[in-house]
Amino acid sequence: MTTLDSPPVTQRLLATGGPEHAGLANHLAVHGTLPVPERRDRDFAPRLVAAIEQSGLTGRGGGGFPTGKKMALLAAQRRRPVIAVNTMEGEPASHKDEVLATSSPHLVLDGAELVARALGAVGIKVCVAHDRPATANALAFAIDERAAAGLLSVPTEVVTPPGRYVSGEESALVHWLDGGESTPTFRVEKPTILRVGGRPTLVDNAETMANIGLIGRYGPVWFREVGAPDAPGTTLLTVSGAVSRPGIYEIPLGTRVDRVLTGAGADSGIAAVLLGGYGGAWLGPQHFSSPLTPSAMATAGASIGAGVVVALATSSCGLAETARIAHWMAGESAGQCGPCVFGLPAIAEDLTLLAAGRSSHSVLERLCHRLDEVEGRGACGHPDGVVRIVRSALSVFADDLASHLRSGPCPGSRAHTVLALPGRDGGPWR
Amino acid sequence: MAVTRRLRVDPVACDAFGHCAELAPELIALDEWGYPVIDERPIPPELIGLAEAAVRICPRRALFVEETATAGGPRRGRSTPVRVLGRR
Ligand code: SF4
Ligand code: SF4
Repeated sequence: MTTLDSPPVTQRLLATGGPEHAGLANHLAVHGTLPVPERRDRDFAPRLVAAIEQSGLTGRGGGGFPTGKKMALLAAQRRRPVIAVNTMEGEPASHKDEVLATSSPHLVLDGAELVARALGAVGIKVCVAHDRPATANALAFAIDERAAAGLLSVPTEVVTPPGRYVSGEESALVHWLDGGESTPTFRVEKPTILRVGGRPTLVDNAETMANIGLIGRYGPVWFREVGAPDAPGTTLLTVSGAVSRPGIYEIPLGTRVDRVLTGAGADSGIAAVLLGGYGGAWLGPQHFSSPLTPSAMATAGASIGAGVVVALATSSCGLAETARIAHWMAGESAGQCGPCVFGLPAIAEDLTLLAAGRSSHSVLERLCHRLDEVEGRGACGHPDGVVRIVRSALSVFADDLASHLRSGPCPGSRAHTVLALPGRDGGPWR
Repeated sequence: MAVTRRLRVDPVACDAFGHCAELAPELIALDEWGYPVIDERPIPPELIGLAEAAVRICPRRALFVEETATAGGPRRGRSTPVRVLGRR
């Protein structure tokens, strides 16, 4: 995976310059020492929370929740918390956390340390999926470097939960950290505070933490100098598919979709863009001039999610690609909830029939019924992600769908997939 | 302060025996795989007894009635769960 330096790129998170410059000495040369108080400073937590709230930083792992608000909730707790850095990156088409961790591991750890020091945390758990060894090694190496330099003030360790799609979901991650399986859990109410060993636990994505590392140094005003007023800062995107320069791009939020595409070397023959991840949504060309902000993407029925951008060439079949995603996602169900276990394979099968041109309007009707019926009936959002991407495919590729129903499959439906679908072993959940 | 009651299911605990839907078809339908599709609108007063019977009959103790208090004033419409019936 390469880090590319063509417009529209703003180097903040990746300012240290690639994996070969990831060492502590270079990090300190670029960013200077981390401004943490010498001793316990009661004002540090409110100061940091205020700075993060003013910065407008939102979670970069997919949820997009305001980071300062989440931290304020934890700051109000009496027990000393646990800090979890979510570097699970369960999205197969996402590599941004891996590139961030291998290029700027110290910035990620800086953010975690600032938060941990402010909240008086007992420890930092850097959570990296089992099947992302490069990420785990880079972060473990950086932790050792800090320890050797006497810069590790909070006990910090890398832990490696199973690498399943849903293992990075907050409740699954916390469940695993608490000694359980890395499966989501059902709660009557979504808890406002997650707990590990009874301690309140703050879970923030690695990129979110790295942004905290920047805000802690340069402040919220600096942070807002780049990006859109309603979506400040930069974000990391993993751009792949029909582009000549796939890779990780750090872009100011608010950058237009088409600028990202041309920046990554897409030609004009792009039929649609998959945005967010495999539980994300397709964007049609009418949205390519929209800015990448949460609000603009919500208007387009999509979300930036984990920063996945897959360009689909006009020669590919969006229906067939989505059917492959749906099958893969069905296999990633945690196997706990009936509507997810039985509904997702059925949805994937219907879409496969439609994409193969071996079906009729009754299959389309059945699929729409199943989408409505499965939505909202899992313990976690996994089935809803599948419903979202399949619905967006039916609308963005409506013309293709009509012609498949009329006259059989298009040549693109037999073309090779442009999407990365790792063969996962369906391995253990613990 | 009005109290609203809704029937809900824990999808992890539910094993699709379908006893609930047999007992309370007014509130619970089954999907094509035998899992309950629950009418999650507020339970009308005349069906509260039936909902509670469904909660009791579920062998997996997967069903429960969630009570929410709907406060008046400027925050009208916001719900705060106050009590849950039928959970272990
Ligand atoms: S909805 Fe699916 S992925 Fe989520 S907990 Fe239930 S079975 Fe697992
Ligand atoms: S009776 Fe209980 S276990 Fe059976 S379908 Fe209804 S909720 Fe599920």
